[in-house]
Amino acid sequence: MSPGRYWVPALFVLLAAYPFLPVAEPNRGEQFTVLFVYAVLALGLNVVIGYAGLLHLGIAAFFGIGAYTVGILTVPYFPFGQSFLVAATAATLAAAAAGVATTAPVLRLRGDYLALVTLGFGLITLYAIRNLDAITEGTKGMNPIGAGPVPGVAEDADLSGWRLFPGWGVRWYRYPYLYFLALGVLGLVMLFLRNLERSRLGRAWVALREDELAAACTGLNPARLKLAAIAVGAGLAGLAGALYAIALQGTGNPQGFDFTLSMTMVCCVILGGLGNRPGVLLGTLLLMGFDRVATNVLDNLIQEHVGSGGPSYTKVSGWKLMIFGTVLILMMRYRPEGMLPEARHRRELHEEPTKPV
Amino acid sequence: MPELFAQAEAAGFGQFLVTGLVMGSLYALIALGYTMVYGIIELINFAHGDLFMLGAFLAVTHLAWSGLTDPAFAASAPAYLLAWMVAGGIAAAALFCAALNVAADRVVYRPLRASPKLTAIVSAVGVSFVFVNLGLFWKGPSPVKFPDLIPDTNLLASDGLRLTWKDVMVVGVTAPAMLALTLFVRYTPLGKAMRATAQNPTAARLMGVDVDRVVSATFALGGALAGVAAVVYGLYIKAVDFQMGFQNGLYAFTAAVLGGVGNIPGAVVGGLVIGVVGELSKAYLGAKWSEATVFAILIVILVFRPAGLLGARTREKV
Repeated sequence: MSPGRYWVPALFVLLAAYPFLPVAEPNRGEQFTVLFVYAVLALGLNVVIGYAGLLHLGIAAFFGIGAYTVGILTVPYFPFGQSFLVAATAATLAAAAAGVATTAPVLRLRGDYLALVTLGFGLITLYAIRNLDAITEGTKGMNPIGAGPVPGVAEDADLSGWRLFPGWGVRWYRYPYLYFLALGVLGLVMLFLRNLERSRLGRAWVALREDELAAACTGLNPARLKLAAIAVGAGLAGLAGALYAIALQGTGNPQGFDFTLSMTMVCCVILGGLGNRPGVLLGTLLLMGFDRVATNVLDNLIQEHVGSGGPSYTKVSGWKLMIFGTVLILMMRYRPEGMLPEARHRRELHEEPTKPV
Repeated sequence: MPELFAQAEAAGFGQFLVTGLVMGSLYALIALGYTMVYGIIELINFAHGDLFMLGAFLAVTHLAWSGLTDPAFAASAPAYLLAWMVAGGIAAAALFCAALNVAADRVVYRPLRASPKLTAIVSAVGVSFVFVNLGLFWKGPSPVKFPDLIPDTNLLASDGLRLTWKDVMVVGVTAPAMLALTLFVRYTPLGKAMRATAQNPTAARLMGVDVDRVVSATFALGGALAGVAAVVYGLYIKAVDFQMGFQNGLYAFTAAVLGGVGNIPGAVVGGLVIGVVGELSKAYLGAKWSEATVFAILIVILVFRPAGLLGARTREKV
């Protein structure tokens, strides 16, 4: 019985109800929207690391490719002017293709070496985004990104008739419509991955991860399985990037797709429980929630009561890396399988010493 | 493109080569710390670059205590006194980094020796985060000026090519340090034990080698070299900041991989190649593509010659 059986649906119901609650605030809701986007990204990474066992340190590249694909297809100064649905589909496919294209030549590398290549690839993508300013606007990022949700619907379609609360937005890409969209996508991704885990492909990944040689001997094709994992993982990352771009209505500074993001996502996956969907979801909501929401709230509190300014250690955000780092170190030491471990992985890490018979 | 080439011609190919070799010997010094640790416990020590950063910060603090941040004093003090003070700074940074590296190994990595590799790598990332944050608390977010002690005067008579005291200083510190390390690993009993452990930890243990002690010594040596590199880097670049460990660390690790990870002469060759390639790509492709070029080389090397330039071809590493 998976541990997420009851609380995951409950969590989704709770999150879906949030905009209707009296405590709901549009700003907070927009922060949550971004959290859902990162959760999709982490779930994509989990396919690569958790299911197939490939340590990928450059997932941010696919997130960036997704965001910039949406940017190119929707910004007014390019002639494409596509709707978000078309752009997001293109972003998913482009990221998946980039994943396959960059991983295929390096598949024969194992472990650390593959990790390094993916790290290098992630950085090269970041530099390319930053430097190709004729297309990507360099460090300014592409904006404004705005598009109709589906072909045939105008970008500025007026939704004020649908407002239940005064805080709700007028355009479809504002809170709470985008909040619902991101939450819905996250839910669909969870369902998709659940089915994928149980499919022939998902079971083949487990076999591959546990023992590549044995898997190959039983007739599985490791190279094809790894490419399938990277295609799914990178595709989900691209989809997350598309949502990110529409949520920000721009791609923001390319710094948002750097190594720190890749590493933070690896942390989310490992913290939550490598290979376990509900765990990864929880890990991301906690870690990114702390990063994006809690530090903000606490910093504001400190500012109100103590005053602003002062060195970095007087702010919670100044302690962020220290806390991340300490959590990682402690988790690896005492609970390397993550908060909600995948059953198989937990057994592997806490193996009972076998007694001679 | 033509104007880029013209610009590079004016500055001179030789100049980029000199700067590249100087930067390369710095990368090599940092790369040695990576390669030695990887050679023995197969850990990509992500925190090594940030250790280097903390070493530079300690040197800034130490040189400030010695009064060297005061330009008037630095200008008036006799050269031998300055040299002694710089040597003191190097020693302090080396000791500090060695101690910190050994402590990180004791507290964080040693308990994970039997765990899967991923566990240790993630811990190293955690240590790296902690180091970066410590750096931020120590000196704040903006770059810190490093005392400018070495004159920039050109030692060559020619107008085009410049070789300054700074360049000489970098090579004058890094080359003996690398030579000393090579001799140490080759001729001392501890060095022999290190090579044995790198080859086969179990067999080394059976032969009476105290593996834990050897690993600590490796971390100490690698840390000390990072400390030396940090001071030299500070004197050369004249500014240090809390994020400088990331890029320098990655370059150094690329150098280690390029030379064949675990291979000491390989790390030196790799460092020099990375330095030269970085400078030349700055000249011919533009400064903003320099980093991308270095990492592209990393990928190409890993794909076509995963054992590195000087590494032996082994099956299990690939």
